[in-house]
Amino acid sequence: MKVLVPVKRVLDYNVKVRVKSDQTGVDLANVKMAMNPFDEIAVEEAVRLKEKGVVTEIVAVSIGVAQCEAILRTALAMGADRGILIETDQDLEPLAVAKVLKAVAAEENPDIVLMGKQAIDGDNNATGQMLSTLLDWPQATFASKVEISGGEALVTREIDGGLQTLGVTLPAVITTDLRLNEPRYASLPNIMKAKKKPLDTKTLGDYGVDAAARLTVVKVTEPARRSAGVKVDSADALVANLKSAGVL
Amino acid sequence: MAVLVIADHDGAHLRDTTLKVVTAAQKLSSDIDVLVYGEASAVAAQAAAAAGVRKVLTAESAELKADIAEAVSALIVSLAGGYDAIAIPATASGKNVAPRIAAALDVSIISDVIEVVAGDTFVHPIYAGNALETVKTADAKKVITVRPTAFAAVAASGGSAAVEAVAVPAVTLKTRFVSDEKVVSDRPELGAAKVVVSGGRALGSADEFKSVLEPLADKLGAAVGASRAAVDAGYAPNDYQVGQTGKVVAPGLYIAVGISGAIQHLAGMKDSKVIVAINKDPEAPIFQIADYGLVEDYKTAVPALIKALG
Repeated sequence: MKVLVPVKRVLDYNVKVRVKSDQTGVDLANVKMAMNPFDEIAVEEAVRLKEKGVVTEIVAVSIGVAQCEAILRTALAMGADRGILIETDQDLEPLAVAKVLKAVAAEENPDIVLMGKQAIDGDNNATGQMLSTLLDWPQATFASKVEISGGEALVTREIDGGLQTLGVTLPAVITTDLRLNEPRYASLPNIMKAKKKPLDTKTLGDYGVDAAARLTVVKVTEPARRSAGVKVDSADALVANLKSAGVL
Repeated sequence: MAVLVIADHDGAHLRDTTLKVVTAAQKLSSDIDVLVYGEASAVAAQAAAAAGVRKVLTAESAELKADIAEAVSALIVSLAGGYDAIAIPATASGKNVAPRIAAALDVSIISDVIEVVAGDTFVHPIYAGNALETVKTADAKKVITVRPTAFAAVAASGGSAAVEAVAVPAVTLKTRFVSDEKVVSDRPELGAAKVVVSGGRALGSADEFKSVLEPLADKLGAAVGASRAAVDAGYAPNDYQVGQTGKVVAPGLYIAVGISGAIQHLAGMKDSKVIVAINKDPEAPIFQIADYGLVEDYKTAVPALIKALG
């Protein structure tokens, strides 16, 4: 069984983003970038499925600037078998990413596409669902548990108000939630080995996909700042303040 | 221009999320139809009574009741021809299905809309709410998910929309429903509560989480929330999580107990009207956004607070 894991290079989740003063976007110059945390969970799950003998090959794919290679190498160091880098300087919207991934899936014929539920930059939570629609595969989003048996994935999903378990016929798209697993750290020997694993570099043109932007960013602004608060020294003072603020 | 709003409900009650999405839809058009799918009969009447609703469409089937994305999106896509925009609540269910509809219609999705600037221009948060992006779409049909906490609700009564059943398209499903495991709670729903009391990792155990926060929540008629750290540690169920990856809340009063205030947590609560932080670490980032901060161990502060509340 083959798994395709799309991974995205994003601003490290610990970094507080700064909005550019000309409102054209956020400042990504000289900031630490990393693999999207949900994608790490997806890579980890794929590797665990391989360790269980369910999966035989894991292909990691990333779409973006040349530096995405470092993210793919991280996936390889975690246990992915090979990487595909689709190089472009264009910032693709979820629909365009889904179209490119559909083309990759047509070439690779994976049994499962395992990917993060959302990227922590755009916060769209859309690409997996769009991909499954374009492929006409079933989807299981926000997975907190995945079991594969007999051509079906049993997926427990995090929904509002609790959990839901679905059975999806393979091939399927599964998107990961935080509680699916705890991703491993790549060991130094594995990081060294990952440098020798195959990594194909392609271009957007190789897939002949219409990736034109549908959305124009009018501006990016900072959210309104909250005015500075006060520290109170007792519970009584707190209640008095809350009463005068009219929230009690 | 007409807008189709997808209702959020539990089979018996229309959630006020729906009324908030209607408000957002009103910025696009005055012709607003509401689709109630699943167990629709009781809820349809409530939707028909909401102010500003033109028509209520109902659709019932076992697959729709189980909220299977393939079935729900096929239904909505079958209705899409009559609408210029489809507005879906940004709930787990809405986020599951909205991108499918957009992809099937070959249009972009605009997620978590917090402001409708014009018929084609929307504001939504990015980077865990640390930046707000205004985007203009070139697509003729708009598919948006709406963050309910960013909009006021329309009146739940006063409307008198007609209710009409629509045909459920036949879909060969590749998904089967296995089971549901709902968390039962008598408390107000986290997303709709006027007061939220949230606990973090500092509480140390599930028992402590209950014994400290529940009496305070009872006193205030509040919903209980949690930070990711508290959920990961098993002190609270998953769906209590407030933050970038959990629920986004904006109550009148948010009380954070033993929560340090990581960026990802703030993303879920920083639009609350009044924020109170109780933390023994005076350097905790939560104090930077709290209106009122109490630097004290929760073990003494929370009982004292309950006492002070009378």
